[in-house]
Amino acid sequence: MAHVSDPATADSVLDAKPENRVWKKFRSHRSAMLGVFLVAFFVIIAVAAPILPIQDPTATSWSAVRAAPSAAHPFGTDEIGRDVLSRLIWGAQASLMAGVVSVAIALCFGVPLGIAAGYFGGWTDTVISRCTEALLAAPFLILAIALAAFLGPSLGNAMIAIGLSATPIFIRLTRGQVIAVAAEDYVESAHAIGLPTRKILTRYIFPNVLPPVLVQATLTVATAIIAEASLSFLGLGQQPPAPSWGSMLNTAKNFLNQAPWMALWPGIAIFLVVLGFNLLGDGLRDALDPRET
Amino acid sequence: MLAFIGRRLLVAIPTILLISVFVFLLQQLLPGDPILAMAGEERDPATIEFLREKYGLNDPLPVQYFKWIGGVIQGDLGISLRTNQPVSELLLQKLPVTIQLAVMALIFAVVIGVPAGILSAVKKGTVVDYAANVVALSGLSIPNFWLGIMLILLVSVKWGLLPASGYTPPGEDLVRSITTMLMPAFVLGTALAATLMRHTRSAMLGVLKSDYVRTARAKGLYERRVILRHAFRNALVPIVTLTALLFGELVAGAVLTEQIFTIPGFGKLVVDAVFNRDYAVVQGIVLCTAVGFIVMNLLADAAYFALNPRLRKS
Repeated sequence: MAHVSDPATADSVLDAKPENRVWKKFRSHRSAMLGVFLVAFFVIIAVAAPILPIQDPTATSWSAVRAAPSAAHPFGTDEIGRDVLSRLIWGAQASLMAGVVSVAIALCFGVPLGIAAGYFGGWTDTVISRCTEALLAAPFLILAIALAAFLGPSLGNAMIAIGLSATPIFIRLTRGQVIAVAAEDYVESAHAIGLPTRKILTRYIFPNVLPPVLVQATLTVATAIIAEASLSFLGLGQQPPAPSWGSMLNTAKNFLNQAPWMALWPGIAIFLVVLGFNLLGDGLRDALDPRET
Repeated sequence: MLAFIGRRLLVAIPTILLISVFVFLLQQLLPGDPILAMAGEERDPATIEFLREKYGLNDPLPVQYFKWIGGVIQGDLGISLRTNQPVSELLLQKLPVTIQLAVMALIFAVVIGVPAGILSAVKKGTVVDYAANVVALSGLSIPNFWLGIMLILLVSVKWGLLPASGYTPPGEDLVRSITTMLMPAFVLGTALAATLMRHTRSAMLGVLKSDYVRTARAKGLYERRVILRHAFRNALVPIVTLTALLFGELVAGAVLTEQIFTIPGFGKLVVDAVFNRDYAVVQGIVLCTAVGFIVMNLLADAAYFALNPRLRKS
């Protein structure tokens, strides 16, 4: 990797710190930067939705039902005259929230269980690993659909369903990572000098488990956003009239002939935000991979 | 080989039992009471009691579980609360439809994904490689239900080339059956093609660096022969096993695809069951797909064994 291109930061002392090396590598990764840009764009419009000069996403207008794109409605209107652009912008909130919250749920359960299984081994490991295997056998979306169905349809329940369905991935990843790290010399010496388990876990195991978990979490946000859109598309996620990209597409498919714009934009939005998280995850993986330095 | 498969089967049994416990416990999460819905407007206590007894809902949980699993082992997945049909019968009815969709999707995925993966590995670092990667990543990022809607809009609504929805059994009219399924299979196949392309690429990259490929080239063989005969054959092992593991994605994708193209298969069945609170059907489907996944895993192991002569010997 060419460090010379940026002499101001190519300070040898800074370079020695792994965080700086990773950051530099990440920053020079062109597609990762595109990912950062895409994700940042959607986060900004989602956060700024209340102050943007757009129409009320739930305001209906019978005089502008399924109106084609125009100056007043740049992306057209839907079947009851709501502005597609403003629903799209507010829908970003639901999508991003679903992605982040469900991954947070998966991390909260998955990482501690994975650490417990990997570090303590024995029966703890057997029980946790068997359950993980069983859960992994059910396809992610089928499990999420079943959970969402049994919990009842709402955005909150969709997040719980997606989060729980994604948990086994994190248990397995963390467990494998912990087993690898626990065999390292520095962990053994920490044992030898008599550090308590809690300290070993928080000071030595956890920080070393984090990078691959972070990469997986980023990629899972992408999967979770698609999953939320899928559940909302099936009517198991965000409930009307609150806007969500998945439910917008669900309605749009009934008006393909009369109002194709209703179907176009929510799909493009999902595609771009998911692509953003995928690029970000791939970039993080490359930057954090110590083998490639 | 048989001993190996036998061992794997033994390990699979506790996993399947655990899944069955999870699936059984799902219904405990249920907010509404399906019996109340069945009892109708009057909610006559005697009728409710009769229905509770009939469906065994008055027994303690473990008893309910053992009754249920005892039936499941004999192929009895319960009765659909909605249609009063046995769940296993319903599943067997819908399964061929989804299998046809899945097989056609897999053909699309292999025909697109594998050559693209080989090409991008052979031309690593060139425009071709870059383009293939961009297309693959896009394929992974496009929600396939949206792709389906867009294709309907273009191919059916605008151009009128293919039917937008429906299903014809192949026994009735083979040509019609295939043309109706063409678009859904393509939609379902694209995401898989992207995954397959990435796997093929990385498997080929690993193999192309190996000594025997260098030897084959040193012998002066045509590059085409080196790539197809020497490299691809060896890269095939991970590709075949990974394809078997795509089963989960295939089933999950089928749910959405069938919904968009109104195909009366497995996926349509689960969605309808969810909305009708027909939980015996939902449980049956989750259990079936999980067992299907484990069977595919076993097949993948067997394929790995069969394709890798070094493993066969030991």
